[in-house]
Amino acid sequence: MLLTCQLIHSMTETAQSVTLCTPLSMPSGGRCREGLSLRMTTVSFEKVTRCYLGADRPAVDALHLDIADGEFLVLVGPSGCGKSTSLRMLAGLEDVDDGVIRIGDRDVTHLPPKDRDIAMVFQNYALYPHMSVADNMGFALKVAGTPKDEIHRRVQEAARILDLEAYLHRRPKALSGGQRQRVAMGRAIVREPQVFLMDEPLSNLDAKLRTQTRTQIAALQRRLGITTVYVTHDQIEAMTMGDRVAVLKDGVLQQCAAPRVLYDEPANVFVASFIGSPAMNLQEAQLADDGVQLGGARVPLPRRVLTAVAAEGADRVVVGFRPEALETVAPGEPGLGMAVSMVEELGAEAYAYGILQGDHDGGSSTGGVTAGAGAGVVARVDPRTPPRKGERITLRLRADGTYFFSATTGERLPSE
Amino acid sequence: MNTLSPKLRKGLLYAGVAAVVAYCLAPFYWMLVSSLRRTADIFSNSPFPTRLSLENYLAVLDPSESFTRALLNSVVVAGITTAVALALATFTAYAMARLEFRFKRLVLTLIIATSMFPVVSIVVPLLKMFVDFGWINSYQAMIVPSMSFTLPLAVWNLTAFFRQMPQELEHAAMVDGCTRGQAFRRIIVPLAAPGMFTTAIITFIAAWNEFLIALSMTNKPEMQTAPVAISKFSGASQFETPFGSQMAAGVLVTIPLVIMVLVFQRRIVAGLTAGAAK
Repeated sequence: MLLTCQLIHSMTETAQSVTLCTPLSMPSGGRCREGLSLRMTTVSFEKVTRCYLGADRPAVDALHLDIADGEFLVLVGPSGCGKSTSLRMLAGLEDVDDGVIRIGDRDVTHLPPKDRDIAMVFQNYALYPHMSVADNMGFALKVAGTPKDEIHRRVQEAARILDLEAYLHRRPKALSGGQRQRVAMGRAIVREPQVFLMDEPLSNLDAKLRTQTRTQIAALQRRLGITTVYVTHDQIEAMTMGDRVAVLKDGVLQQCAAPRVLYDEPANVFVASFIGSPAMNLQEAQLADDGVQLGGARVPLPRRVLTAVAAEGADRVVVGFRPEALETVAPGEPGLGMAVSMVEELGAEAYAYGILQGDHDGGSSTGGVTAGAGAGVVARVDPRTPPRKGERITLRLRADGTYFFSATTGERLPSE
Repeated sequence: MNTLSPKLRKGLLYAGVAAVVAYCLAPFYWMLVSSLRRTADIFSNSPFPTRLSLENYLAVLDPSESFTRALLNSVVVAGITTAVALALATFTAYAMARLEFRFKRLVLTLIIATSMFPVVSIVVPLLKMFVDFGWINSYQAMIVPSMSFTLPLAVWNLTAFFRQMPQELEHAAMVDGCTRGQAFRRIIVPLAAPGMFTTAIITFIAAWNEFLIALSMTNKPEMQTAPVAISKFSGASQFETPFGSQMAAGVLVTIPLVIMVLVFQRRIVAGLTAGAAK
């Protein structure tokens, strides 16, 4: 929430509207709108399922999501998680096998795309190559039979917002990647639709432009106040843009919450490892004496976690801690010993990659629910005095930065 | 390896191109030259006509040969074949490229398989059938079989073309308020125009040059197409083959094709879809 607010403040054109916005933690409230009549447009997925022929599991499995009016919801997950399929079902470009999709109070589950009052920005923009930029943006209005001068006015308005006025008569092929992206946005905003759908709209831009456009899109959405569903595989995009972020994996919704909540209270091992960069360290360890051995140190388990593990009948638990939950302490002090194998210096921060002491006999981060998380540990270190490669450092694990997950289900076990 | 100077390499390249062009154009050139010779010089081997003469052209266009009528017949048959085949092929190809249905591969294979029968093998059954229909000496007797041979090629050609088009374009149009049909008409057809023109030209040439069926299904001179009419040119006596007028007729038959290709070539602009995606 802090991050998103900073973004809004950084955008001068939206500075005046920020005060009108309800706190992001309560996205259900009405949003500031500019020149739009106030309509309540909620979107809900009710146990929506999509199965492809010949697939052994549904592409989207009983997705249940309620999106508030004016909310910016991000669907995020690795490729093949069903995020694009979900968006396309909402757009009407994909059949729904089971469940109901509503826009506002309308059941749109089996309506064709044209009757849903939505606008979509495609990953490859899908601009009409035989039309000028102005015609591209006005196409939907033309199809709808809007009067010519009204189309002209709205296209001009959108072009002004997106800084495209100089390019209105060009064909898409004469535009740069960033300009094409803005035309695709423009085509969506002239519609003044009930819902914006965006399918990885930034993935074809270079890194610098992507960061810039990211803030512009987020600011624009806040200014227009139109309910938006945004699909990305990039967790940084998800965290910086979304009011709420829905994390999907294998067609199943893992967690849907505000970015800060996802980061602080991940529902399971997958969310914990997916959100945050570098990822959270996850180590599966054997239970001994109401605690686990980690890097030559004993990490005690909170009583609630112990009860939960006992109820499961398990003797192992997954311990998770973010790189910033580790502090470097003087050698000899009690803590986790780590052999540094690589140091990443990013300027403002630095990360030390390594292996915990005694890792070969005690804990292991392979197998079970943490498979694929990587065997090493990452620690944030002081960027002014980073350790050297090969050095042994001692780390202290902050108790409030430690998470425990079930070794069998991967669910987080609340510690208090 | 790379010892040739750039100049020499370029020279060789052009020499190669010239050789290929000469090889392709030589028969047409000889036809043109022969058509301009006097009847007496027809077996001359000189690369240029020693005495230009238009007598062959006058003979061909002589009303008694009814060659102009044959040209008109050809235009009708090839034109209708092209128009109908293109319309049918466009819809079929779009379905093949975009719709998911069972046995799609099988259908596509069957379509291409139908064009693989040799015309000779079906011309007798066709003749028998069309006699029963009373279709002998009718345009449809030439158009229907021609279409059955040109359609498969047209369908395959257009299917490949439609497949290249980003599907997101139609999806964008549908989200923008179009039905599937409108998206096809307003977005896909304009973009597919180059492919459709190419297909039209191929179809037209095939129908224009069709000989065997046109020969079998007609026996009245006024229903003959141009290729059939040429084959039936009679000389001054039955022992004289009218090479000169045949050559002149060949030139006349080729000219419409050349004009058509030149006219449509402008529309066959490659890369019309550039800028759609990314």
